[in-house]
Amino acid sequence: MIKGVSNNRAWLAVVPVVLVVAFSAVVPLMTVVNYSVQDIFDVDTRLFVGLDWYRETLRDPRFIDALLRQVTFSATVLVIEVPLGIWIARALPRDSRATSAFLILLAIPLLIPWNVVGTIWQIFARPDIGLLGVSVAALGISFNYTGSSVDAWITLILMDIWHWTSLVALLAFAGLASIPSPCYQAAMLDGASTWQVFRYVELPRLKSVLTIAVLLRVMDSLMIYTEPFVLTGGGPGNSTTFLSQYLTSMAVGQFDLGPAAAFSVLYFLLIVLLCWLFYTSVMRSEADG
Amino acid sequence: MVDPVDDRRKAHWSLYVYCVYLLLPLYWLVGMALKTNQDIVGKFEVVPGNPTLANFAEIFTNPVWYQAFGNSLTYVTINTILSVAVALPAAYAFSRYRFLGDRQLFFWLLTNRMAPPAVFLLPFFQLYSAVGLFDTSIAVAVAHCLFTVPLAVWILEGFMSSVPRELDEMAQVDGHSFGYFFFRLFIPVIRGGIGVTVFFCFMFSWVELLIARTLTASEAKPIVVVMTRTVSASGLDWGVLAAAGVLTIVPGLAVVWFVRRHLVRGFAMGRV
Repeated sequence: MIKGVSNNRAWLAVVPVVLVVAFSAVVPLMTVVNYSVQDIFDVDTRLFVGLDWYRETLRDPRFIDALLRQVTFSATVLVIEVPLGIWIARALPRDSRATSAFLILLAIPLLIPWNVVGTIWQIFARPDIGLLGVSVAALGISFNYTGSSVDAWITLILMDIWHWTSLVALLAFAGLASIPSPCYQAAMLDGASTWQVFRYVELPRLKSVLTIAVLLRVMDSLMIYTEPFVLTGGGPGNSTTFLSQYLTSMAVGQFDLGPAAAFSVLYFLLIVLLCWLFYTSVMRSEADG
Repeated sequence: MVDPVDDRRKAHWSLYVYCVYLLLPLYWLVGMALKTNQDIVGKFEVVPGNPTLANFAEIFTNPVWYQAFGNSLTYVTINTILSVAVALPAAYAFSRYRFLGDRQLFFWLLTNRMAPPAVFLLPFFQLYSAVGLFDTSIAVAVAHCLFTVPLAVWILEGFMSSVPRELDEMAQVDGHSFGYFFFRLFIPVIRGGIGVTVFFCFMFSWVELLIARTLTASEAKPIVVVMTRTVSASGLDWGVLAAAGVLTIVPGLAVVWFVRRHLVRGFAMGRV
């Protein structure tokens, strides 16, 4: 995108994309913004309330709690999944027949519908009929993800690692595959240790794929809804209720259009802001280095 | 002294550990799909004692299940074709030209990938009801474009940028029309990238639940929604639920099998 020929007629090629995306993006977003500044009693009775709903949302302790849980969850899974994904990518064999078998295996969790992922772990971790639950119980540890919030969190995090580490691993593997072997040979002649090879040969070249991987994981972990919805239903109590779950219960369950819309706008802005901060900081460090 | 080049030909032992971690929950799902509900609840057994295909038979004979499966495949196919079709020219424009607002437009597209579906549920319902598309496969397909199209443009742009501009210029010098160049010369070069794009569009549309659930009622109800309703209605039909889960993995496996060669190369080319 950097060294193209200047040509404004190229806009014509972009029109179909803009139309398709705008149809689902612009009108709904306008609707949400519109709702967020009104108090809606029914279709004809509306009252402009300005930023009241935003103030209310930011003071809502349940919103703050859900936000804190969300940030904790996203940070935890990122801290585990990114290094683990890189580790797996480095452990994969290269240019051998086993490579594509491993890659297909890694891709499987990504292709399973999210509620099926929830179902799989719901079954797998159940203390009465699940392999994991029964095995842990056999070790003499009481484990029940529907009763204890710690167990629910452990199950959710194990599930998310199972589900998404593959994405990081596949992207990191692709990045590693693009490193020419002379780089390795040079490092070897210098007597570099495995850690040094990783730190000075591989990591710099993995930067752009890792940026994509981290961005996708930041976005998707912040949006998580279906898997905890199936696995824990947000419980026990509210201990695994994340932002999306709280929002849907507000919009669909209680039908609080105004507050839910204000919540939505804040939620969306939060994700865009985090992604933008991350992206620009990566770009800036690239420009410096 | 490490020998990284030779060292890498063999899988590290930790990879096998991770694969076991990947496979155990899947094994448990398949095992459960082969058991009767009495066996599932009644006794704990690691290998199904008397395996049965009754759960799968239930799905293949009950129209609620197999129609839902058809509905899902319909909207995922429409979505994938639509996404790739509109993303191809756009990605070409982004990779070859500079034009007014190109960076802003690109970032705007990506912000749609960042929008949590939960934010748009009610407006989506209203919008698609207003245009008369509610409860159709087309509605779900178009709504899923919100996150598949930006991703498709992103991936395809990376692929196209890795194709040297000389190809375009040579075609022009040879006197080929743009249409001939694009469809006969350019598309074959980036078909690996199209394979990867298809994989991602298929994947994100197939696995999504929230929007698909909001935009369908009865006619176009997808498999993922039927599954959640089974859980909430009877709550105990584990066997059929597990069998349906196993079947939802099959299309994904088929897709990954077809694009397996392009997948790695594609990841490597795109955006690196």
